[in-house]
Amino acid sequence: MRARLRIGAIATAAAAALIMTGCTATADSGSGSGSSDEKVELTYWAWAPNLDKVVDIWNKANPNIQVTVAKQDGGDPAITKLLTAIKAGSGAPDLIQAEYQKIPTLVSADAIADIAGDGAKDLSSTFPDGVWNSVTLGSDAVYAIPQDTGPMMFFYRDDIFQQLGVSVPTTWDEYADAARKIHTADPTKFLGTFSANDAGWFTGLSQQAGASWWSIDGDAWGVDIDAEPTQKVAEYWGGLVEEGVIDNKPMYTPEWNAGLNDGSQVGWTGAVWGPGVLSGNAADTAGKWKAAPLPNWDASSPSNGNWGGSSTAVTTQSKHAAAAVEFATWLNTDPAAVQALVTETGIYPAATDAAASALTEAPAFFSNQPDFYDVAAEAAQSVGDFTYGPNVNVAFSAYNDEFAKAAESKQASAFLEAVTAMQKITLDDMKASGFTVK
Amino acid sequence: MTATTNMPAVNPGASGSGSGSGAGLPSTTDAPRLPSLSRRSSSAPAARRAKAPMSIGTTLVLLIGALYCLTPVLWVVIASTKDGSELFSTFTFLPSSHLWDNIVELTQYRGGLYWRWMVNTALYAGVGAILSTYVSMLSGYALAKFTFPGKSGVFKVLLMGVLVPGVILAIPQYFMLAQVGMTNTYWAVLLPQIISPYGIYLARIYAAAAVPTEIIESGRTEGASELFILHRLAMPMMLPGLVTVFLFQFVAIWNNFMLPYIMLGDDKLFPITVGLSGLLNQGSTVPALYTLVITGALLSIIPLIALFLVLQRYWRVDLAAGAVKA
Repeated sequence: MRARLRIGAIATAAAAALIMTGCTATADSGSGSGSSDEKVELTYWAWAPNLDKVVDIWNKANPNIQVTVAKQDGGDPAITKLLTAIKAGSGAPDLIQAEYQKIPTLVSADAIADIAGDGAKDLSSTFPDGVWNSVTLGSDAVYAIPQDTGPMMFFYRDDIFQQLGVSVPTTWDEYADAARKIHTADPTKFLGTFSANDAGWFTGLSQQAGASWWSIDGDAWGVDIDAEPTQKVAEYWGGLVEEGVIDNKPMYTPEWNAGLNDGSQVGWTGAVWGPGVLSGNAADTAGKWKAAPLPNWDASSPSNGNWGGSSTAVTTQSKHAAAAVEFATWLNTDPAAVQALVTETGIYPAATDAAASALTEAPAFFSNQPDFYDVAAEAAQSVGDFTYGPNVNVAFSAYNDEFAKAAESKQASAFLEAVTAMQKITLDDMKASGFTVK
Repeated sequence: MTATTNMPAVNPGASGSGSGSGAGLPSTTDAPRLPSLSRRSSSAPAARRAKAPMSIGTTLVLLIGALYCLTPVLWVVIASTKDGSELFSTFTFLPSSHLWDNIVELTQYRGGLYWRWMVNTALYAGVGAILSTYVSMLSGYALAKFTFPGKSGVFKVLLMGVLVPGVILAIPQYFMLAQVGMTNTYWAVLLPQIISPYGIYLARIYAAAAVPTEIIESGRTEGASELFILHRLAMPMMLPGLVTVFLFQFVAIWNNFMLPYIMLGDDKLFPITVGLSGLLNQGSTVPALYTLVITGALLSIIPLIALFLVLQRYWRVDLAAGAVKA
């Protein structure tokens, strides 16, 4: 399986190389021709589980706009396939589930359409400003309709915390103390792990510290990875790994799953969608976990980052942009649809009002914590701004490569070097692809 | 999201095919020999048994080899009996009792999608291998038994084709099929796998060795058409070779990942390989469905094993028949 994944990664890189034509292309506005009289069939590539059940509700109510969901394998493969189809000139779906960090890439490859003219512009007040900003890229265009967000949260084993007399950390200093205390009490236990596999996780942590890895200044892009906030985060985790009180193994491995089951992973800095992951990997530990806001750098001014979250975009190959926007608007803002999204797919909706009415009962895995979604709402409120660039894939794979080495070496200095290397690789790639860089 | 312990989960099919075809390949090329000789070379265990007392070292090496090949299969069998939490907490080789539950759960996953993948895979591998074998037979026979200008050139290009891994061609093939709007259809996976340079190469070697030119000439003298000669005279003689080509192609398509992965966007068209990989890579917000993937991998190798057991017979019978005829 690993060999295949490797091949997949190579193909992804190859396809991306073919596709990154290296110019900041301007997306033409979607040419909609979907009048409500003629029957329209839309295809929708998405990976959220059970999304087809939500779409069924739409299909029953709208016989003239029938949507077919083609389930994809997670965010990266779907985007690679879309970019390949765009390059090939045919084969792209009408709609695609796009993570926020992919939107600049898709826009610069002319893969997704500006749907501001199809009614999406009126939705700006439906979503939090930060989220809306990530689908407009700060321009007058609208490239997607937000679906869900992933404000980060801290999950911990309440039973083990009580047993060891550890209190829930509210700052990263307290988190470090708790990590030391837990590991000293039982050397097989760790409060968390530094995962060199999950760039999105590290991005969220950096975002919390105030980082924004890219910036747009007129026509020029800036890359600000190797700056104070990210350095602070890398140094902090590098220090804990060097001390040995935090594990250095990646998340989402069988080993990590085993740790969740047997209690050697006592905590997890995850995101609001965490209950699904925990219940899927360690169902027997239900009722033992609790959720808290992510520890902060400065207790007096709480901030947070996002890990995950996605939107619904209309591709430039769609011949029915207007109908597609109509559907995407319903899916992500209609109270009944958002309720179905919550129940069926377990996402944390981006639409502010619809989310508030849909998220009343805590997820089953956290039935011991009735205020789960209050904690989540608090976490969602303090998420800061973050600008993604057109080569997030390069930065993320640089993260995987460089931080894998750093985590292996268990040296705090190596973590800082990894940040510098990420900056260099990302910046060099943008220059090589022909972007105007500050 | 690399899954280290899942490495063996998909390997058994590949390793099984490797060892099986390894036994089949040499036996086909030395077909026109004495029955006793070919039988010994075709059934390796007999040879091994005869030599065993002489060298304990050899036996040991072979035992290690067998362990190396079979342990991952054993792992899959045992792991597929565990439920989600046991998989990561109990001893690796301690079986549990949830195999049936896992199969039921796999069957219920999104309305039996797994079985649709199974049918798709059988379709891709079955139809693809039959077509590929037929094309290989036509071209191999033509290259072996006809003289025409550019014949050696064609054969050399073919030999070079053997050296080009199919993975490299997947993206160009995608772009070509996209131009005619055939991506994301059954054809996108079937068509590129019909031509197999290796299959043509094998068929040519086998046709040259197993079909005497005298028989073709006598057929022509009797006034039979070329196609009649091929189908009624040459094809039965080439059967063991064709079975080998069929098996090779069947296993190659069954295990192929890259081509369908690139070509298909609709998971109702997926073969098992792509489908199972999707269950592992659901993105960070959804847990990987390890138990389903392991159970699915176990079920997916059963048809391959069955096919090998059934078709092995052809090699023995026809080797003997061919030897007598020669």
